[in-house]
Amino acid sequence: MPDMLSEELRSQVQKVDILIVGAGPAGLAAAIAAKEAGVDNLLVLEREEHMGGILRQCIHNGFGLHRFKEELTGPEYAQRDIDRAIELGIEVRCGTTVLSIDENRFVTAVSKERGVQLFECGALILAMGCRERPRGALGTPGTRCAGIYSAGTAQKYVNLEGYMPGKRVVILGSGDIGLIMARRMTLQGAKVLACVEIMPYSGGLNRNIVQCLEDYDIPLLLSHTVVDIHGRERLSGVTIAKVDANKNPIPGTEQYIQCDTLLLSVGLLPENELTQMAHVEMSPQTSGAVVDDTFQTSVEGIFACGNVLHVHDLVDFVSAESMRAGKAAAQYVLGKSRAGRYAKVRDGSNVRGAVPQRLLIPETETESVQLMFRPANVFENAYIVIRDGDKEILRQKKRVVAPGEMCELTLKPELIAALSGADITVSVEQ
Amino acid sequence: MERQITCINCPVGCRLQVTVEDGVVTAVNGHGCKRGDTYARQECVAPARMVTAAIPVENRKIPVSVKTRTPIPKEKIFACMEKLSQLTVKAPVKMGQVLLTDVCGTGVDVIATKNVE
Amino acid sequence: MKKKIIIIGGGVVGCAVARMLSRYEADILLLEGGEDVASGASKANSGIVHAGFDAKPGSIKALTNVEGARMYPELCREVDAPYVQCGAMVLAFSEEERKTLEKLYAQGEANGVEGQRIIERDEILEMEPNVNPEVVCALLEETSGLTSPYELTCALADHAAVNDVEFRMETLVERIIKQDNGFLLVTNKGEMEADIIVNCAGVHSAELHNQLSENKLNIIPRKGEYYLLDHQAEPFFARTMFQCPTKMGKGILVSPTAHGNTLLGPTAEDVEDATDVSTTAGSLAKVVEAARRTWPGLTLKTSITTFAGIRAHCVTDDFVVGAVEGVYGAYETVGIESPGLSAAPSIAKRLSQQIAQEQGLSLKAEWKPAPRREKPFYAMTLEERAAIVRDNPEYGALVCRCEQVTEAEIRAAIRRPVGARTIDGVKRRTRAGMGRCQGGFCSPRVLEILSEELNLAPTEITKCGGESKVLVGTVADALRKGDA
Repeated sequence: MPDMLSEELRSQVQKVDILIVGAGPAGLAAAIAAKEAGVDNLLVLEREEHMGGILRQCIHNGFGLHRFKEELTGPEYAQRDIDRAIELGIEVRCGTTVLSIDENRFVTAVSKERGVQLFECGALILAMGCRERPRGALGTPGTRCAGIYSAGTAQKYVNLEGYMPGKRVVILGSGDIGLIMARRMTLQGAKVLACVEIMPYSGGLNRNIVQCLEDYDIPLLLSHTVVDIHGRERLSGVTIAKVDANKNPIPGTEQYIQCDTLLLSVGLLPENELTQMAHVEMSPQTSGAVVDDTFQTSVEGIFACGNVLHVHDLVDFVSAESMRAGKAAAQYVLGKSRAGRYAKVRDGSNVRGAVPQRLLIPETETESVQLMFRPANVFENAYIVIRDGDKEILRQKKRVVAPGEMCELTLKPELIAALSGADITVSVEQ
Repeated sequence: MERQITCINCPVGCRLQVTVEDGVVTAVNGHGCKRGDTYARQECVAPARMVTAAIPVENRKIPVSVKTRTPIPKEKIFACMEKLSQLTVKAPVKMGQVLLTDVCGTGVDVIATKNVE
Repeated sequence: MKKKIIIIGGGVVGCAVARMLSRYEADILLLEGGEDVASGASKANSGIVHAGFDAKPGSIKALTNVEGARMYPELCREVDAPYVQCGAMVLAFSEEERKTLEKLYAQGEANGVEGQRIIERDEILEMEPNVNPEVVCALLEETSGLTSPYELTCALADHAAVNDVEFRMETLVERIIKQDNGFLLVTNKGEMEADIIVNCAGVHSAELHNQLSENKLNIIPRKGEYYLLDHQAEPFFARTMFQCPTKMGKGILVSPTAHGNTLLGPTAEDVEDATDVSTTAGSLAKVVEAARRTWPGLTLKTSITTFAGIRAHCVTDDFVVGAVEGVYGAYETVGIESPGLSAAPSIAKRLSQQIAQEQGLSLKAEWKPAPRREKPFYAMTLEERAAIVRDNPEYGALVCRCEQVTEAEIRAAIRRPVGARTIDGVKRRTRAGMGRCQGGFCSPRVLEILSEELNLAPTEITKCGGESKVLVGTVADALRKGDA
């Protein structure tokens, strides 16, 4: 607790065993797991007016195949966790924005109903999710007219507010939200003219390319980008061009497309402003916190899971990861400490952002650990190789790996127990 | 006839080789699981998709999301959207509640995918 | 009968003039072509309050810059606008450039600039560790400052408005006709008459001048493009970093902003179209290349937007401020490019005094103080936050998470005397949408609040006036019409 706090505020500090920031799929799963593991004094803070996070606006189907063995829409998937949280009596405060956290797990938040709220937490689970990269992050030249939206903002207008942002649409980037919005806008009567991707491969899932673009004959222009944006007040068109291997536009390949809407689906960034307030060590590869195999960050008692840790493709994996984080946070506050030494996990060749970055080699028995990472490129018939120092300890064949699809690999307890303590590297090899 | 299609059942997105003879699928290769085989047989004969949408709710700011209970024939997608655009529902709505029966003669109902109080 | 004054242009100069004239008994109307005040050069510049070493001694630029800069701290306190006296450095990378610094230093002394000295490499690197270590020496200028040009303009407009200046937006003056008594203004919203006109039309000011005067002026629109980086816990630079000036201006600077962002730019490119504020790949690349000379460690990882502004560069290379020669009742400010922001308070003071004297305007018995606004939520202490949410629960609803802007502040911005009418108007007054997600999360909510406050359908709300509508219709309508 900050020393300079007034007496009055000091008296309002609430003690919470586990505070969870965010009631999206990650926060809810973590809260449920923590409660089930025996921690009762739990509180979830959610800045939106409703639980469910981004799933609320993902009204399409395709969620839950791994976790529930059936295909659900986003709202249906979210409802299962919401129902379970209610059943378990977990307190969730919606409309409550966390303003600050610190390394002593002192948290300030604010809401209309309760005003400023202060918490001292036994453990803190960060589950704030991610945000979309805006146009400014790309430096795309042109005018700054109306009609340019990140795909998720457009999705919110269409699915949660019932408004159309435009009628003739170009999509820049082929991330999943962009692909999903290509289909949504088409179904709602708009004309989607092209999906333009700077990379030679799509950043989205294969099945979304099929059912969102190919089903509606929307061209996917790989190795292309938007080089100019036109329109004084409202967008009137974009110029696209082919790019070379260094992603630089090739002169002479420019093509003008008349449109009133440009949707950006050019990447997601974990939203870690709070995390950094607590001086948590960050990973430049994932833009999330550096965590161990229990999702604990470099600051004791602070855990991170879901898209705030690293951007996932599938909510099923977010839930699975967050349940492990929730359970681990519960064990931490219940005083079940783990003894052992840590090995570092490093990105080897063709690998980006392996999580967790630290792994406990326990003195007693342990559970299996999921290693997650993205390949740096598309590879066919490749091997995922794990090395303990120089020694290869695992090799797994994959028919196809792509940056758009996170890879998961299970390290069995016996394999972890036998680790030497040297750095572990994960690589993709042909 | 050989056809190359991508399975849309799960994120793996298996690339399937399908042999179709006289409108009948005689062989499927490249699938990683049984769902791929089922998908290929359906996709090459009678492709179908789930349709989802958001429908306005009277006196509510936020629309209710809906889906066809099962996939409907691909060629009926736009007709289904047209029907849905004429639909307005009254609160409260329960998740799973039928909002439209037998959409466009497909025999498939449109149901709510969220609760509205 | 009170004299009728029409001020043409709601940029920082027009609003500063309006504010100063509002002290006098007169019937004052300000016409702005854009949808909001500060919608031209005043919204897209470096925001620097220059100390005044740059302008030629004896010029109006030098006089009004130095005087204006001195007026800034008090003015910003009075109208409640940001002002930070951060200081500046002009960097020299060779002994050749040292000579330029010495010239600037002498010029500054002649202009009456205080707090300048030439410092050497080690001292520079100690003060600004991110500066290129190849730097030789620098002119340190301690009195240089920062403001937020659009927030200042909005604050000046508010102060004028509470003192009965009327503001009409989206009103473009097409022609000014001198009549026997006063003037007839032809606008896109009809004709208007005035006894006195004040031309503060920025890039269009020469055009209006030339309709009245035989002594023609020529403005060359000069485009400047910028990168804006996100604010950091530890700012990259504490002071504004200039390179040695060239014929085209002060060159590419790297500067903190009044809100702790980092600004890179501007380029200087003469363009045909005074309204073309698009950015170009070539110029943006130039910004980065030139900025790296100051800051070799620059990466665009934290870039949140790019933008361009148009400066009204007058071929005479000095400001034109005062009465239009031979046209009784017409006053003007022409060619107000950099350091126009710094000079604006001085220009307004001098011009309003001249108008009052020549036109026999008397001071009002009461000149109301500028309306007070609450401190921004992001700048409040925990205690202040707790207290204000208790009073007004709308402070408890965070709308813009990047810049920590609350619902209460957005509603207040719309309700100000010259209130926000658009998404960009809210952004300029509150910073909502100014942050790292660039309105991705908050713009739907800002749109909803605008629609509630202005009693307009969401489909009527614009980003920046005119045809810049954000939404084109309801989902159900779009489908029924099928008019893609």
